[in-house]
Amino acid sequence: MGTGMNWQRWVMVAPAVLFFAVFALFPMIVAVYYSGLNWNGIGIAKWVGGQNWAELFSDGEALMSLRLTVELMVLSWVFQTPISLLIGVFLAGRQKHRAVFGVFYFVPLLFSSVAIGVTWSYILNPNFGLVDALLKAVGIGNGEQNWLGNTHIAMLVVSMIIAWQFIPFHSLLYQSGAKQIPDSLYEAAKIDGAGPWSSFFHITIPQLKYTVVTSSVLILTGSLTYFDLIYVLTDGGPGTSTTVLAMDMYKQAFSNQNIGYGSVLAVILAVAGVVLSILTLRFTGFNRMESQLEGM
Amino acid sequence: MLATNAANLDTAPAVNSRFRRGPTWYNALFTFLGFIWLIIAFYPVLYMLMTSLRSEQGYLLGIPWLPSLHPTLENYATVVQAGFAHFFLNSIIVSLCSVILIVGCSILCAYVVVRSRNRAVRVIFNVFLVGLALPIQAAIIPIYILITDMGLYDKLIGIILPSVAFGLPLTVLILVNFVRDIPNELYESMGMDGASDFRILRHLVLPLATPALVSVSIYDFVQAWNNFLFPLVLTESTNSRVMPLAIVSFQGQYTMNVPVTMAAVILSALPLILAYIFGRRWLLRGMFAGFGK
Repeated sequence: MGTGMNWQRWVMVAPAVLFFAVFALFPMIVAVYYSGLNWNGIGIAKWVGGQNWAELFSDGEALMSLRLTVELMVLSWVFQTPISLLIGVFLAGRQKHRAVFGVFYFVPLLFSSVAIGVTWSYILNPNFGLVDALLKAVGIGNGEQNWLGNTHIAMLVVSMIIAWQFIPFHSLLYQSGAKQIPDSLYEAAKIDGAGPWSSFFHITIPQLKYTVVTSSVLILTGSLTYFDLIYVLTDGGPGTSTTVLAMDMYKQAFSNQNIGYGSVLAVILAVAGVVLSILTLRFTGFNRMESQLEGM
Repeated sequence: MLATNAANLDTAPAVNSRFRRGPTWYNALFTFLGFIWLIIAFYPVLYMLMTSLRSEQGYLLGIPWLPSLHPTLENYATVVQAGFAHFFLNSIIVSLCSVILIVGCSILCAYVVVRSRNRAVRVIFNVFLVGLALPIQAAIIPIYILITDMGLYDKLIGIILPSVAFGLPLTVLILVNFVRDIPNELYESMGMDGASDFRILRHLVLPLATPALVSVSIYDFVQAWNNFLFPLVLTESTNSRVMPLAIVSFQGQYTMNVPVTMAAVILSALPLILAYIFGRRWLLRGMFAGFGK
């Protein structure tokens, strides 16, 4: 068989193309069209052009949700990257007990965001939750801190739970990266008189450069569309203090029946996602991402 | 925890020289810090399990961080009686159908992408690459309208179809990378014998790509199993409820009876827990299917 196309080959490509075109590509294009409509999803749609888009800039809530999304991205990165890196390097060590620790470290990966959200909402519950009971037992606080109901800390708490969920994944990434660092580098450094700290900063971290990029990009693109866990934990509240972009989009479209305006937010999400991904490919290239995993 | 890899004295083989630098107390410190993380990572899961084994009374009165003195399976019974098996089966149907369709379509497509130099096929592949970046959330509104117009709202097939579409890009990409690594000589020697594309696919590509197919299947299964947004938006009745939605409804229904919801949470992760116990390596590899071969 050559490198040309024949009817057989078109038949082979067709299912994938059809599925993708009808249920992903077409809806994406339609979203752009919807963003110019005044429509509740059932009644008659009215074309209003750029009105929804103009509204965006005077809508404090939408601007706030943009800000919160960026905040979530930053907090996620700050919580997840250093800890994942350290755990990954820790697990890359060849001691037996570290392998045993690893078995337990990865258990959170088995649960869906919804399962994790529900569990943590109970753990943090101000009336009968575990955290407050523990704090009370050791004498800190009155045992009634409303972790998820406090506007000032809700976002912080949510990003910590997200970190709990995703650190196992990223530490696995770092573990396989760290396993690939050749021993000879460490030996050479040792001969040059480098101590463990200096080896860590001059060998381990630079060698993990691409892993850091891969992991960071995944954290950033992931937090851009983060929805499930927030929906379960806070439903965007208290107030709008955890209403990130994806949450705002969902509420506009499905709670307020404002299809047009929801679509504006959806298009922004798509554009942000594509831009972030292009930057990814620019800086990393998929091949380098792959090479991270060969040590697994 | 810094410089962990530089801190071990107890592994003997000479190849481990990088772990034999630094004083012993480093080792102790890292083990200690590692243990603290063990508690942070694992204790909440243990809490789920412990709570699921408590009675409602025991939960309200007992010491929350310790296991119950009188463990009971009644919460699991409650969950099963509340239609759990039905929701579980729905999730299995949605996940399996999605995986079969995604992987089936993808391997066919990947084969042609690798074997053909046609321009249209290049374009198709590039569109899939862009598709990698499209978040589900961005298309959910039109998908909702589309599925409703097709009369598939509140039907399992209505969840499966868009799940397949959004599972395709990554799966195609991974399989293309894999199929590309099959040496050209193997194709040529089969092509020389006049084998058709389907024959080559069946007798050459499929056997060689089996590890990759298993990995992506696991990845796609986990994605489908945990997917929340599609079922949330595209279904409403109890009849077509899948696991993640079932947990949320248990939470709403048994607001004060936390142990019941925890039992539902544990059961919802059952396939992955079993996979982790019996095939940890495969499962973890599968979860990383998107980022390796």
